Amino acid sequence: MKYLGIEPQKPKIAIFDFTSCEGCELQLINKEETLADFLNAVEIVRFREASSSYSDDYDIALIEGSVSRNDEVKRLENIRKTAKILVTLGSCACFGGVNQLKNEFDLKSMNREVYGNDPKETINVRPIKDIVPVDIEIPGCPVSKAEVESLICHLVWDSPFQIPVYSVCVECKQRFTTCLFEKGQLCLGPITRAGCNAPCPAGGSGCWGCRGPSVEANYKSFFSIVKEKGFNDIEFRERLNFFGAFGEVKIS
Amino acid sequence: MKINLNVDVRHITRVEGHGNIKIKVENGEIKEARWDVVETPRFFEVMLKNKHYSTAGLLASRICGICSISHCLCSIRATENAFKVVVPETAAKLRLLAKHGETFQSHILHVLFLAAPDFFNEPSVIPLIEKKPDLAAIAIRLKGLGNRLCDTVAGRTTHPVAFQVGGVSMVPQKRHLLGLRDELKRSLDDLQTVADLFSTFTIPDFIRETEFVSLKGEKKYPFIGGSLISSDGVEHKEQDYQPMTNEYVDKNNTSKWSKLSRESYAVGALARFNNNAQLLHPKASEVAASLGLKPVCHNPFMNNIAQLVECFHVVHEAICLIDELVESGPGETMAKVTPKAGEGVGAVEAPRGILFHHYKYDKTGRILMANCVVPTTQNNANIHQDIKSLVKKFAMTKEMTDEKLELLSSMLVRSYDPCISCSVH
Repeated sequence: MKYLGIEPQKPKIAIFDFTSCEGCELQLINKEETLADFLNAVEIVRFREASSSYSDDYDIALIEGSVSRNDEVKRLENIRKTAKILVTLGSCACFGGVNQLKNEFDLKSMNREVYGNDPKETINVRPIKDIVPVDIEIPGCPVSKAEVESLICHLVWDSPFQIPVYSVCVECKQRFTTCLFEKGQLCLGPITRAGCNAPCPAGGSGCWGCRGPSVEANYKSFFSIVKEKGFNDIEFRERLNFFGAFGEVKIS
Repeated sequence: MKINLNVDVRHITRVEGHGNIKIKVENGEIKEARWDVVETPRFFEVMLKNKHYSTAGLLASRICGICSISHCLCSIRATENAFKVVVPETAAKLRLLAKHGETFQSHILHVLFLAAPDFFNEPSVIPLIEKKPDLAAIAIRLKGLGNRLCDTVAGRTTHPVAFQVGGVSMVPQKRHLLGLRDELKRSLDDLQTVADLFSTFTIPDFIRETEFVSLKGEKKYPFIGGSLISSDGVEHKEQDYQPMTNEYVDKNNTSKWSKLSRESYAVGALARFNNNAQLLHPKASEVAASLGLKPVCHNPFMNNIAQLVECFHVVHEAICLIDELVESGPGETMAKVTPKAGEGVGAVEAPRGILFHHYKYDKTGRILMANCVVPTTQNNANIHQDIKSLVKKFAMTKEMTDEKLELLSSMLVRSYDPCISCSVH
């Protein structure tokens, strides 16, 4: 498949899942209008959820999920040794995602509550970057397939790749969604990185910050607006902590 | 007879999540025949504790990337039952329409992308894009339709955004619904092509008498709420799910196991069909008959066929729902919600079978206790029993090889369309 007379490089891609719902991997076989082109542009050598063929020879590792058991640490280290480029897909891989909500609880009593006298091995949830160096992060719950495609184009044809630096508010304006603050609802859109096309505010749920902070988010103004509108502090903190993406942010 | 066989599948492919098959036959004696789930536990039931009712559905949908709509709907139904909220009719119809979108996309994903490659001797759907371009185009078209239906009605296919306790927070535009109606009508030809193709496949002739558990339809083929039924004659109300599911911990599995009248039972499209076949849309019944699917069918490989039959059913019902919605106009979509102390159970037929969420609330609307019983959790013990029986029936011939047995046992597991991360929530 030559493009402008040039034979493109087909990168060998392997897809791995750690502790997760496998929803991000599912996005890779969504976006049906470009699915055949996507599969043609790359060589998928490992994708357990969709294929039985299997190889340990790959350039790019796409990783979904977070680490929550010791065997996953070793598996991840081996992948890092092979992969030239390691990409984390989705909030669980990038920040721990909803999985990290478990870290608020005591592991032993949690295990007893679910498994009684037959506890299963588990450790506190950690994002991938806590274990091995990560080259590129694509956040989101779930990840946006358009961004994965754009990353693939970047790796195949060297076209520029950048995920938005601005906040979700921009995308709400683009799709004419009424601001949820106007409706008296809480929304993390003003401090969250865009790129999802803002489905949650449009659906009436408000943004929960699954893509993490936008660049140079104005926390000070945002927090004062949240306070001024009279939102409950506990509710606000819960929302900030939901995907584990605002861990370093101090609420003043 | 000196038959020696060894199958050791670590992390079976083309299923959601991580599970292993282990079969060992020595000198014609079965030493081991197991299905074990080794997925990492996520402890959702603990994470749901102390969550506000408005957050529960959002968190619960993250249990599963494929059936997130079912988890979300089941979660909010449990909460609505706890608070005694009655959902407005339009909202209930929109939820069911999204549910049909999910059933359709999930079944198409399984039947055409995950199961079909076995019948063509291919490792995945990827080579089929070149070798069977017409079929691949149909698969991609149908899956796209399922996803568009979910996106339009639920706001997003994976992890929906439009469902809130009390109703729905987003109403699709009429012109989008009418566009989908046309697409749904056109999809019936594609579905028929798929049904014709499946009628040419040889489905393994494997029967093991099994108990099937599902919702019990009263007037309609059931998807959301209602009483519970088993093919062995056990019936319970929705809130009395625990005597139906009887979960227990197995030492080799991170998924719990379930049992009812026998040592295990099955849920899913085949269970729904076996318990409610008379309520299918007449066109779906015709397809079932043409593919040789009759209740009560005890061949787990026929679950693929039952899924295909259900695709016809949900397309016809989705068209009717759109007609009703367009005719009645949007109307009321949110009921008033007042949190109160108490408990509630929701039962929903997820694509892979019956799903339960059960929450206990304090008076401020925060969760004190959560319990989720997931379809594949209920199927895991049954898959394990099926593997044992499969080895007894097929492995004791000289023609059987490790490779053939690996394929056959993997196909058996795949026919259940297991959602393993879901089962280890």
